[in-house]
Amino acid sequence: MSAREISRLVVPNRGQSVWLVLLSASAMAFLAVFALALSVTSAQLARNWSAALAQTATVRISAPPEEIEAQTAIVLEVLRTTPGIAEANVMVAAEQAALLEAWLGPDLPLDALPLPRLIELTETEEGPDRQGLRLRLAAEAPGAVFDDHTRWRRPLAEAAGRLRAFALVSLGLIGGVTAAIVVLASSAALASNGQVIRVLRLVGARDRFIALAFVRRISSRAFIGAAAGTALGMLALRALPEAGGNVHLLSGLGFSGAGWLLPLAIPPLAMVLAWAASMATAFKLLREVT
Amino acid sequence: MIAFEDVAHDYGGGPLFREVSVRLEPGSFHFLTGPSGAGKSTFLKLCYGELLPSFGVVRLMDRDVRTLSRDALAETRERIGVVHQDCQFLDHLSVEQNVGLPLTATGRPLREADLSDLLGWVGLGEQAEALPPTLSGGERQRAALARAIIAAPNVLLADEPTGNLDWEMSQRLMMLMIELNRMGTAVLIATHDLQLIRFAKAQVNARVMRIAGRRLQIAGADL
Repeated sequence: MSAREISRLVVPNRGQSVWLVLLSASAMAFLAVFALALSVTSAQLARNWSAALAQTATVRISAPPEEIEAQTAIVLEVLRTTPGIAEANVMVAAEQAALLEAWLGPDLPLDALPLPRLIELTETEEGPDRQGLRLRLAAEAPGAVFDDHTRWRRPLAEAAGRLRAFALVSLGLIGGVTAAIVVLASSAALASNGQVIRVLRLVGARDRFIALAFVRRISSRAFIGAAAGTALGMLALRALPEAGGNVHLLSGLGFSGAGWLLPLAIPPLAMVLAWAASMATAFKLLREVT
Repeated sequence: MIAFEDVAHDYGGGPLFREVSVRLEPGSFHFLTGPSGAGKSTFLKLCYGELLPSFGVVRLMDRDVRTLSRDALAETRERIGVVHQDCQFLDHLSVEQNVGLPLTATGRPLREADLSDLLGWVGLGEQAEALPPTLSGGERQRAALARAIIAAPNVLLADEPTGNLDWEMSQRLMMLMIELNRMGTAVLIATHDLQLIRFAKAQVNARVMRIAGRRLQIAGADL
């Protein structure tokens, strides 16, 4: 029997520390899957929101009814001659009604409301000189206001960024708690196996051999527990309602495509974390024992 | 091999013994005797570095034990076999796995034939697969002896190895240690069993050390 084989056997496969590591690694991995999913989804949300709003803009024309057509023509001409504008379309009444229906309901008499005229722009990749465009519109069509959606995009991007930061902090906390539990379990395992340590010392075993015997046991339990927790977390994510083509925070929480490989990194990372934490603990405690 | 130079040891309530100077030479056979509490077990623990002396110098394999790193001390212990009265084992491992530990736990090769021969030599060939808790007191002592010598140590230290055994089993165990000494291993046995010492001295040239009055005395031939 080799040293490696005997190293696997010298620590009895019993004790509460084994269950502590198994269950805590499982629970932490389960939570880590959700935190990871939140991080990935919030990043995706930020990208989607930005992409949806980034290359579009709106010109809103508020003018008396007798001037509205003239100002619309002036604005369209300004837009046509402005570099960076790919397309400009005046929204028809039905399109405007559809936009407002979501907020005001279908029965509202929209025809009676003094609605502004809306022109939807599609920008080229380079985009227009926004400040210059604003000044031209102010000079040539005083009732026209250029809206590049910055006031919508900024809070959305900030919210998504904070969600992502929150998810990453959660991952860090989960890692920290896991390490703390492993340290606790390692201490308990070493304390409850005093006879094993005494016997191994007696036969000339080095601290490294003794520490590894415990570390292997603890890190393998951390891996098994984390694998179980990760599998459960992934199944739970799959069970969430489908988001269809849109990614929303609640219905779209999860991974897509190759993103499902990401949580598979959790069990090996848990094992490495458990290895490092239990190794440091074991060496520290063994140094304190003659 | 093991040398004490003006050694004293104190657990905090005054020295257990002091001014101890002695050398255990290769191939020597020593008994250490004295009343209970005189410090026989402490003396043995100093001999394999489990304790450091409160005063003086203990040299293990010609190296001051205080200067040894933890790994160097473990390496030194590979050359010292120890048998305790309570002979602790890893109870979830078989007798042969326990006996082989000094080799397997230090990364040295263990030949099945050697292990089998050794277990046969101590009369445990039939119990190789047994778990330690199922062994009798005598069998446990012989298993502990086998474990202590499987790595061919230079020194064998035994602390009351026959304390729990009947006279017949004590004689048998003593003969094993005498045989080992004849093969070149230095032996130091702590015991208060004068009958056992007389039995051994009839077989081997043994010196008797006695801890009394906090001093180590080298006793004469008569006991």
